[in-house]
This record gives sequence, C-alpha cells and structure tokens, in this order.
Amino acid sequence: MANNYETVFITTPVLSESQMKETVDKFRSLLVQNNATIVNEENWGLRKLAYPIQKKTTGFYYLIEFQAEGDILTKLETEYKRDERIIRFLIVRLDKYGVEYSIRKRKKRENPETTSKTENTKEA
Amino acid sequence: MADNQSEIRYLTPPTVEIRKKKFCRFKKNRIKYIDYKDPEFLKKFVNEQGKILPRRLTGTSLKYQRKIAGAIKRARHLALLPYVTDMLK
Repeated sequence: MANNYETVFITTPVLSESQMKETVDKFRSLLVQNNATIVNEENWGLRKLAYPIQKKTTGFYYLIEFQAEGDILTKLETEYKRDERIIRFLIVRLDKYGVEYSIRKRKKRENPETTSKTENTKEA
Repeated sequence: MADNQSEIRYLTPPTVEIRKKKFCRFKKNRIKYIDYKDPEFLKKFVNEQGKILPRRLTGTSLKYQRKIAGAIKRARHLALLPYVTDMLK
C-alpha cells in the first residue's frame, strides 16, 4: 500500500524564474518516473529564512505532496543531496490526520467562500 | 497568645490566588494534526528565545506536547522558525 508523503525543499535565491521551474520539473518528473502520484503542489515563493543557510538569508520554498511506495525516498533524498540548487529539504510521511488536514486545507483554498473561517495566511 | 495571633493585620491583604484551570487546547478544539508549515501558530508554544515552552505553562496534554515539539523541530529545520534568537515576539 502506498503511503502519503510530503516534501518541502528550499532552493537558492539566485535562481531565475525559469531555473526554478526547471528544478521543480526535475523533481516532479523524478517522482512520476518512480510511480508516484502527485497529489498537491504549492509554491510558497521567495521567503525570508529564520536563520542563514549557506550564507543565504532568503530562499524559494516549494512543497509537493505525493503518494508512493517507501523505496522511492532514498532516490529522492540522494537527488536532493546531489543538487546544488537545493539548500534544504524535508520529507515527511503524513499520517491519517495529516492527510485529512491537507485535504481540508486544499478545499478551503479552492472555495474560500463556503468556509469563511479565519485562516492564517501562509503566502507571504 | 492565641488572641494575639488572630489580630495580625496585614498592610496589604494577602491575595488568595485563584488559579484558572489549564486545558489542552488541542483536546478542546479537537485538533488532530499540528502543521509544521505554520510558524505563526507554532510561535505560541515557544518563548522569546525560540525555546519550546514546557507543558506546565501551556497546559497542553502530553500527547500533543510531543507533536508540537516534533512540529517545531521540523519548522526549525526548514528555517521557518529559528533555533536561537532574541526578541522573537
């Protein structure tokens, strides 16, 4: 049975828009080639880091949610480590509550009129 | 002797502490999942230096304290929260 995973990575702020897109495409295709189904993607854009990483104070954040078998993760991890554009990454498995939460959040974003709860704005 | 003791007067009347019962906000609001991607929310559980607040101050139940701690550590890894600072709030 496939698990639900979520990965966030931070790329260097020196990338241009097309380079950023290229990086994202690379990891997306890596996932798809390894029989993962991408559930959700979020581009958080350029954000200020809470502390400097590799002497950089900002970075592009990108999030991908996917369903896959666990053996894909080592591949993904080595690819993250090899890529110089990635300055930080995180891969987590979502438990059932995490999946529920992300589905609810996505729905809220798609039609914010129906659920007019005070939502914390994540996009800077 | 016993009479004297009852006549002790205080300059300022002793304040009797009425403690509000603490509660776990996750149990009360039925929050099941703590998102590490929401630094503003996690900031409620750290002090000005970015340290994780103990359970005895926040009133969080053990189960969710563990999850908060995990979420904060993930957020720190992604530079959403600092490891050390001053004047976070």
